[in-house]
Parts: sequence; structure tokens; C-alpha cells
Amino acid sequence: MIHYLINRLASMLLVLFVIVTATFLLMHAIPGGPFTTEKNLPEAIQKNMEERYHLNDPLWKQYADYLAHAATGDLGPSFKYENRSVNDLIRESFPVSAELGAIAIFWAVCLGIPAGIIAAVYHNRWPDYIAMFLTTIGISVPGFILAALLIFVFALQLDWLPAALWEGPSSTVLPALALTGLPTAFIARLTRSGMMEVLNQDYIRTARAKGLSQYTILTRHALKNALIPVVTYLGPLIAGILTGSFVIETIFAIPGLGRHFVTSIYNRDYTVILGITIFYSALLVTLNLLVDIAYVLLDPRIKLSEGKDD
Amino acid sequence: MKPTPTAFHSTPFPQEPLSTSLATGTSYWQDAWRRLRNNKLALAGLIFILLITLAAIAGPYFSGYSYADQDLPEANQPPSSVHWFGTDNLGRDLLTRVLYGARISLSIGVAASFINLTVGVLYGGIAGYAGGRIDNIMMRIVDILYGIPLLLYIILLMVVLGPGLLNIFLALGLVYWLGMARIVRGQILAIKKQEYVLAARLTGASPARILMRHLIPNSIGPILITTTLAIPEAIFTEAFLSFIGLGVSAPMASWGVLASEGVVSLRSYPFQLLYPALAISITMLSFNFLGDGLRDSLDPRMRK
Repeated sequence: MIHYLINRLASMLLVLFVIVTATFLLMHAIPGGPFTTEKNLPEAIQKNMEERYHLNDPLWKQYADYLAHAATGDLGPSFKYENRSVNDLIRESFPVSAELGAIAIFWAVCLGIPAGIIAAVYHNRWPDYIAMFLTTIGISVPGFILAALLIFVFALQLDWLPAALWEGPSSTVLPALALTGLPTAFIARLTRSGMMEVLNQDYIRTARAKGLSQYTILTRHALKNALIPVVTYLGPLIAGILTGSFVIETIFAIPGLGRHFVTSIYNRDYTVILGITIFYSALLVTLNLLVDIAYVLLDPRIKLSEGKDD
Repeated sequence: MKPTPTAFHSTPFPQEPLSTSLATGTSYWQDAWRRLRNNKLALAGLIFILLITLAAIAGPYFSGYSYADQDLPEANQPPSSVHWFGTDNLGRDLLTRVLYGARISLSIGVAASFINLTVGVLYGGIAGYAGGRIDNIMMRIVDILYGIPLLLYIILLMVVLGPGLLNIFLALGLVYWLGMARIVRGQILAIKKQEYVLAARLTGASPARILMRHLIPNSIGPILITTTLAIPEAIFTEAFLSFIGLGVSAPMASWGVLASEGVVSLRSYPFQLLYPALAISITMLSFNFLGDGLRDSLDPRMRK
């Protein structure tokens, strides 16, 4: 286990290093640099600004500074908003995104797992067909379309829920639902296939032979093993929630980090784009590591080989 | 009991010809096609994909409008017999724009499958067949790339490269082969120890020939399924990029661009979102149904 942990931590650090380096190189591949705008700045101002942001240092020094800063968690200033650092931005807006994401994951688990169980128990009968049809729709309809549809029906036509902003519990319902469509569908499908595999196994037959009720068999015996594939999906799930939040927060005008990211893309605020990219990447890589560890702890059958699958 | 010569006795030779007692064999593909045909959703998906491809190729010539010509007095017209899907805020015919959008989305799908089928299949094939250290290094690279949230880097790449169809192809091309490489490698590992590969080696076939003529054709099922499921993913990525302002450049319009314009005018002209949204959703749905159907019909483990 220790060996496995060290190995995983080392590869995580390698991935983070690749991420920071790739991000840095991409930033410097931008033609003209971050201060090139349509109207030409006077040369003196241009120089001053480059001085202030150390853009006239040699490339290797900028890279070393960048690595050192990134290692200490300092993601640099915003080029567009003076006196505002990327760290400030993340501190202000990430809690909103995290709350929205947590609500969406909660919904995905609460809707997806029961749907998957029902589909597996009624395999190849109409509840299964309905569940599979709905999950395929959930996978096929992009989040921004689902969001627009929800706004149109529940905010504009029925006027039940607010169409935008982040004020009070009622405003969380529509964005969380729009965000939860895809992960719910995935969780339902994984639960279904996991459940179908488990239900054919001998220990389930034994449980039936003992005369246990269907409910006890499902909840006490089958579910635990059936949910292991779902645990592996948690990493991609969080990644999906995160990228989904870019569009959902933009559509619902929610002051989260996702919307700031999209705004900074529109504004070409390069340091913010890079800072948020690094923040999100580091977050995802760390969460993936935690998920993998949880996976190993949950399922003693998994052999600890160093991430190789042969 | 020990066999003695008297334990054996001859049986009469069968009178009827042997062939009648044998069922006619069905090939793998006949079998797969039969099963796919029985899957109504997959078949409907296939038919819709063929229709939308036809419409994307031929449609714009028959719509009578250009995707770029503005006609301000005709702006924001609801659907009518003149403009079947209505017009947008610059008076452009929405049907024409949706049809052009189909061209873009489908060409992105084609590009993604091309990358999958070339880079992905070859990379995975070489890693799987070579094995040992080469495999280890090649798959480590894939693992590291997999650990990176790739959509973020597609976004970053698009910020650096600037919007445009060609750049979307490039950005997708850099990352869209990873999943395929893993699947093909797994397949090759599973089949490369089989006797027919050994036989091919004994007759002096080169590794390249074994890979191209024996191993890859025998992995065609998973390759086909992965490709079919990669297409909606690519279409979705393009729509997503267009939605956050990194897609194709105006006046060209992809479905993502049309949808993001439609969201803006959702309050006053909901039909402007309806048609592009339907186009994206039904196309993605079709590819997903077809992909699922292919998985059920091509996966030998599902054979009864």
C-alpha cells in the first residue's frame, strides 16, 4: 500500500509538472503577448507594463518564477483587473461553484443509483427500456440546452423558479438540475451494469435460497459490490461537473468560478485563464488520486499494481 | 475397462448426405447485422444519421438562401412557409444555417473518427504488439495525458490558436486518440498470443503486416464501437467550445454557435434555440443509440 501511494504521488507530481509547463508554454505561444490590443499603447506604457509583469525577463527566468509561484500556490495577478489576483478571484467565487457542484452530485447520486437498480432488476422489461432511453437522452442533450429548456419551462412559462442569479435555495434548483443530467445518466448506466453482473453471482443465489427478501438482497448484498464501478466514475464525474459549470454558471449568471473562467476567455485575460486552468487541473488530479485510493480501500480484490491494467 | 478388439464394431455409413444435417453458418458480420436490425433504436439512429448527412451535403443548395446574407427587414421572423425554421436577429434563414451547421458538426465528427482510426489505432496497435518496454513507455505517456483534464487544455489551445474550424480540428486531434489507443492496445494484447499470429510469424510476415492484416482487422468490433461513440463526443466538444465563444468564426455558424445565439434570445424568440437544440440533441442521440446497438451486436461476449 505504501509503495502504491508513493508511486501514485510521484506520478501525480509529474502530471502537475506537465500541466504547469504546458500551460506556461501555451501562454507564451500567444501571438503578441497579453497586452496586444486593437488600439496601440504608447511604447513607454507598454514597456512599463511588461516591466511590472516581468515579461521582459528571459524566458527561462519567467519559467522558473512561474514554477516557483505555482508550487507555493500563487497564481499571479489578473492582467485586466488591476490589484486583483487570481487567488482572490478563486477565493471569492470557488465556494459558489463548489456548492452548486455538490448539489448537482447529490442529485446525480440520489437519482442515478435507484434508476440503475430498477433497470437492472427489471432487465429487458419496460422499466429497463425507459431508464435506458432516459439515460441516453441525458448523455445526448448538452447541458446548455437542458438549461435553456428548464429556464423556458419552469422560469419563463410557469414562473415557478427564478431564471437566473444565485439568491436563496430556490435559485439553486434549475442550475443544479441542468448540471446533473449527464452525471445522473452515467451513474444510472454504471449502476445498472454493475448490478446486472452482481445479481448473476452465486452468493446472490445463496441469499435468495436462504429466503431473504428482494429488498434485503439488493441493499445488503448486491449494492455494495455493484457500486464499485460507480466509485471509479467519481473522478470523471467531478471533471464533468466542473466543465459543465462553465456553461451553466454563464447561462444562469451565477457568480462562480466557471463564469469567471468563461468571462476571462471572452476578455482574453490570459493570467486568469491560466491560473484557473492550473487550479482546476490540480484539483482534479488530486481528487482523482483520492478516488483511486478509495477504490483500492473499498475493493480488496484489486491488486495493487502501479496503475498498469494488464 | 481395457479396450479389446471385440469392443469395437463398425457402424453403418450415414445414408443421407452430410450437408443436410449441418446448419448453414452465419458469418460474424451477418450475425451482427441481424442483431443490429432487430435493435429498433439503433436502426432509427442509423437512418437519421444517413438523412442528416444527406441534408448537410445537399440541403444548402435547395434552401434558396445563403447562410451569411443578412436581410434586416426580415429579422426574427417566426417559422413560416417562407422560412421554415424562421430567421435570426439579422434576418438570416435559420434552416439554411442549421443545415450549414450540420456540415460543420458532421465534419468535426468525421475528423474525430479519422484521428481515432489513424493515430489512436496505430498508437495502441504498436504499443500492444511491441509489448515490453516500448509498450510501457507509450502507455505511460497516455496515462499522463489521461491524468490531465483535457477539455481545459482544448480550451486553452483554442484561446492560443484563436477560433476557427481548422483550429478545432487541430485541438481535437491532439487529444482525441487517447481512448482509442487504450482500447486497441488491450485488444491486441488479448489476441496477439493466438495461434494464427504465430502461424503468420512463422511464414515470415513482417510485424507491420501482422499488425495491419491480422491484429487490427480482428479488433474491428471495439474499434468501430469506440469510433461511433467518439463522434457525438466531438460534436459535443465543438458545441461547447462554440458556446463559450471559441468555436467557428462568424458568419459561419455551427450548431453550438446557433444554440448560444438562441439562448440569448430565449425570452423573445424561443424558436431560434429550438431548431439548433433539436439538431444537436437528435444527432447525438442517434450516434449514441447506434453506438450502443453496435456494442450489443458486435461484442462476442453478448452472443447467445
